[in-house]
Amino acid sequence: MATQVTTDNVEKVIFDGMVELGTERDELSREATLEDLDVDSLDLVELAQIVEDEFGVELRGDDVKDVKTVGEVIDLVVSKAG
Amino acid sequence: MTRRVVITGVGAVTPLGVGSQALIDRWTAGECGIADGAGRCREFDPLEFLSKKEARRADRFSQMAIAAGAEAVAQAGLAEELPYEAHRIGCVVGTGIGGLPSLEENQRKLIERGEKAVSPLAVPLMMGNAAAAAVSMRHGLHGPCYGVVSACAAGAHALGDASRIIRAGDADAVVTGGAEAAITGVATAAFGAMEATSPTGISRPFDARRDGFVIGEGAGILVLEEKQAAEARGAEILGELLGYGATADGFHLTAPQPEGTEAARAISLAIADAGLTTVDVDYVNAHGTSTPLNDRSETVALKAALGERAGDIPVSSTKSAVGHLLGAAGAVEAIATIEALRRRTAPPTVGWEEAEEGLDLDYVPGTAKPIENGEGPLVAISNSFGFGGHNAVLCLAA
Repeated sequence: MATQVTTDNVEKVIFDGMVELGTERDELSREATLEDLDVDSLDLVELAQIVEDEFGVELRGDDVKDVKTVGEVIDLVVSKAG
Repeated sequence: MTRRVVITGVGAVTPLGVGSQALIDRWTAGECGIADGAGRCREFDPLEFLSKKEARRADRFSQMAIAAGAEAVAQAGLAEELPYEAHRIGCVVGTGIGGLPSLEENQRKLIERGEKAVSPLAVPLMMGNAAAAAVSMRHGLHGPCYGVVSACAAGAHALGDASRIIRAGDADAVVTGGAEAAITGVATAAFGAMEATSPTGISRPFDARRDGFVIGEGAGILVLEEKQAAEARGAEILGELLGYGATADGFHLTAPQPEGTEAARAISLAIADAGLTTVDVDYVNAHGTSTPLNDRSETVALKAALGERAGDIPVSSTKSAVGHLLGAAGAVEAIATIEALRRRTAPPTVGWEEAEEGLDLDYVPGTAKPIENGEGPLVAISNSFGFGGHNAVLCLAA
């Protein structure tokens, strides 16, 4: 059963996922930009897999191509679920 | 002007430890890094060399190549600033199989959880050129860059190719070597199924009791440079890659040609490429896998190529101390050879005790022995032979 999609749940899964992918936890915030965190297209595909596993929400490359900050990724997942 | 190729840096990750000095010190002392029937690099921690993110983006064979490359590049004095334009420095790294752990892990995910579980990193981690790509990215090298895949001859082929790139004038330096990390379920089972590996888990090349090779892992990376350019920048020259010979048995998928005809020709080509004759050879670093077939056909090949002198030249196998590093073997053994020449000491074929009829060369039993030949530079050949009948031989001097 997929985890319920709430902003808090999504934030936790994405933060944990990004740490797993190699980002330092103390650098993470909703405002942090993907560029500053050195998060590239391969990271985003891996993050999308984690999100889909957890919430059943599918993100494609096109969905995330204009996303700039971690908060925007979180909001995108929440809005796709709705 | 003839362009010559010198070695200005070496780096290794092997079952004898992290670093080229651990390899040569411990092998010369007669130590063996094999445990529980495998030559694992138990002292290697990728996070000492890579960030967490970098480590996730490199299969174990690439991680080891990065670590060995860092040592070699630092020794050559390339770490702080490249002495040549970046596009004049190449990177050629061999492997037998590539990122097998990544392949097997993703195959398992595919079967257990379906397509969507397969990592987007699976292909860039498993591809055979991944180690070459990783090393070139780490040091910002923009010259010719690719992987070499020729089973257990890959490391030697990589060095040979790299030397040709420099001699042809396409680069002034090449960071080159081999890497392998294939102690996995499939590889271990497959080598066992073909009865290539030792059921007793003992690597004792050229010994009558030998019963197969012991699978190992590791990486060896060298910095090769054009000699005059290296001298002009004041680099310390560790040795010279004088010659290279490569042939194919064209005979069998796995078995060496029993007469060793093409292996012998590769040895002769390497010596001739160096501008030398058999009289000049002071030491042989054998392929010496510890399989019944290889060690016999290699002995026949050495006798054919070296003639009457074969019995006078010390012949030892690094695989007696680390197992068979497959695609990394040729590069690690080239490093061991250069360091043996520098110390003027032939390390032993560890564990050799029982002679077999026809296997009657000086395999350096017991302990290391001096390589005798006056005061000048010493010359060695280093043999590498791979499944598929690939023969690659390097002629080295130091």
